Amino acid sequence: MDADVPLLRARGVSRYYGARVGCRDVGLDLWPGEVLGIVGESGSGKTTLLGCLSGRLEPSAGTVEFRQRDDRVMDVLRMPEPALRKLARTDWGIVHQNPRDGLRLGVSAGANVGERLMALGARHYGRIREAAVDWLDRVEIDRERVDDWPETFSSGMQQRLQIARTLVTEPRLVFMDEPTGGLDVSVQARLLDLLRRLVTDLGLSAIIVTHDLAVTRLLAHRLLVMRGGEVVESGLTDQVLDDPQHPYTQLLVSSVLQP
Amino acid sequence: MTTGYNFAYLNEQTKRMIRRAVLKAVAVPGYQVPFGSREMPLSYGWGTGGVQVTASVIGPDDVLKVIDQGADDTTNAVSIRRFFEKTTGVRTTTRTDQATLIQTRHRIPETPLAEGQIVVFQVPIPEPLRWLEPRETETRKMHALEEYGVMHVRLYEDITRHGHVETAYDYPVLVNGRYIMRPSPIPKFDNPKLDRNPALLLFGAGREKRIYAVPPFTSVRSLDFEDHPFTIERWEQTCALCGAADVFMDEIVVDDKGGRMFVCSDTDFCERRRGR
Repeated sequence: MDADVPLLRARGVSRYYGARVGCRDVGLDLWPGEVLGIVGESGSGKTTLLGCLSGRLEPSAGTVEFRQRDDRVMDVLRMPEPALRKLARTDWGIVHQNPRDGLRLGVSAGANVGERLMALGARHYGRIREAAVDWLDRVEIDRERVDDWPETFSSGMQQRLQIARTLVTEPRLVFMDEPTGGLDVSVQARLLDLLRRLVTDLGLSAIIVTHDLAVTRLLAHRLLVMRGGEVVESGLTDQVLDDPQHPYTQLLVSSVLQP
Repeated sequence: MTTGYNFAYLNEQTKRMIRRAVLKAVAVPGYQVPFGSREMPLSYGWGTGGVQVTASVIGPDDVLKVIDQGADDTTNAVSIRRFFEKTTGVRTTTRTDQATLIQTRHRIPETPLAEGQIVVFQVPIPEPLRWLEPRETETRKMHALEEYGVMHVRLYEDITRHGHVETAYDYPVLVNGRYIMRPSPIPKFDNPKLDRNPALLLFGAGREKRIYAVPPFTSVRSLDFEDHPFTIERWEQTCALCGAADVFMDEIVVDDKGGRMFVCSDTDFCERRRGR
C-alpha cells in the first residue's frame, strides 16, 4: 500500500442550505489506522460535513477522494451510485447516533449482524450465525441474546449491536455520528473502551463526530474544531485540548467540567 | 355478440397497452412492468390484474380454464369464467390439458403444462422486497442494482424463529438468475413447477398496477441457504377420493367431532383420476 496517499482526502467541501451555511471550505486528510475527531457545538456543521464525506449528502462544492483496497483513488462524489452503495456496505460503515436508525428492529440481533454478510453473498445459515455470535461476544452482548429482538435491548446494548452490525464486514473506514449520545456516563465509558479496543484491534480508520470532548480525548488521534460551518482549529488531540489556540476552542475546552 | 361490450370487455387500446407491458415482461423475465390498470367490474383482490391480462391475450379460438385454489367450481373461478363466456363467447373447460389459457388464483395445476399454454396468475402484492423496504423508489433501486441480501435476512429470521423457513406460500424466487420475484400466493409446493416450465406464465397485479412474466423454459430458483435447502410440503395421507400421493392436499373438516379428510386441491386432476 502506498503510504503517501491518505485513505480519505477532502478538499474545499462546502454545503449550503439556500443562503445558510452547512459547512464551508473544509479540507481534511484521513490516514489508514487514524481516528479523526470532529468537535463543535450543535449546529456547527459537523453532521453536514459527515454526510458530505460519506456520500450521503451532495456538497455544493469540493471533492472527496477515497483510496480503495486496490489503491485506486475514487472520487466519491462522482462515483456511479451502484459503486457508492457497494462501498457503503463493504468498505465503509456508518454508526448512527440513534441506534434505531442503523438497526433493523423487526428482526433478531443475529439477523442484524448477519445482514451485511448476506448482502455480500453469504448463504450458509450456520456460518452466518457463528459470525453473529462471535461479534456479539466482541461487543460484550450476551451470546444467549442472539435470537432476541433489538427492541428488547437497552440503549447501550442497541448501540453496541449497531457497532457489531457495522463492523462485521471489517470495513476500512467508519463514520460515527455521536456514538455515545444519549447514553448515561457509565455505559458511555464501557462503549468508549470497546470502541478503542476495536479500533486498535482491527486497525480501523474512523471519523467521529461528537460534541463531547472527553470522547475525542479517549478515541481520536487528531481533532478538527468546527464553528459556524468552518474549521477553526485542527491538530493532535492532546495538543488542541491542552493548548487551544483559537478563542472558540478555548471557550469549548474551558466549558467542560474538570473532575 | 350481443353483450354490448367489446370482445373481452376491455377496449382495443387498453388491450394493446397491456400487451405491450406483457411483451416487455416476457423480454425481461421477473421484472415488474408498470401498466395503466383499469377499473374492472369486480373488486380489487378478486383478480383484477389477472382478468386484465387474460382479457388482453385471449382470442376467439382460445379454450379458457379458471381455477381458484385449485378448484374449478368456487365463486371466484365461476364468476371469472362466466365473465369471459359472456364477453368473448370462447369455449371454456375444466380440463387442464385441453385449455390454451388458464387463469389461476393460488395454484398451479397438478397436470403438467405443455408448450403453447398460457397461465395467468392473480397477484395481490407483486413486490418481494416490500416486507423489508416500504419505499417504492428504494425497492426499484434494489432490483436495479441486484441488492438482494435483505431477502435472506427474512429467511434467516424464519429459521431462527422456527428452525426452518416458515414461509409456505408466495415463497420468493430468483428468475433467470437476475430478478427476485413473488410467485403470487401459490403454495411453495408449486414453486418447483415454475422452473423451466414449458408454458408461458404471466402475472397481473391490478391494484398495484404491475405485470411480470416467466417465459417458457426459464430458470426459477427458490431462495434458500446452503445448510437449509428449499423443501416442499409432504403429506402422510393420500387423497381420500382418488388416492393420489405427491399432490397438494386440502384438509376438509367433515363433521363436528373432529373428523377430517385430505383431498386433492386440484379438482380437475382428482376427478380425472377417479374417472379413469
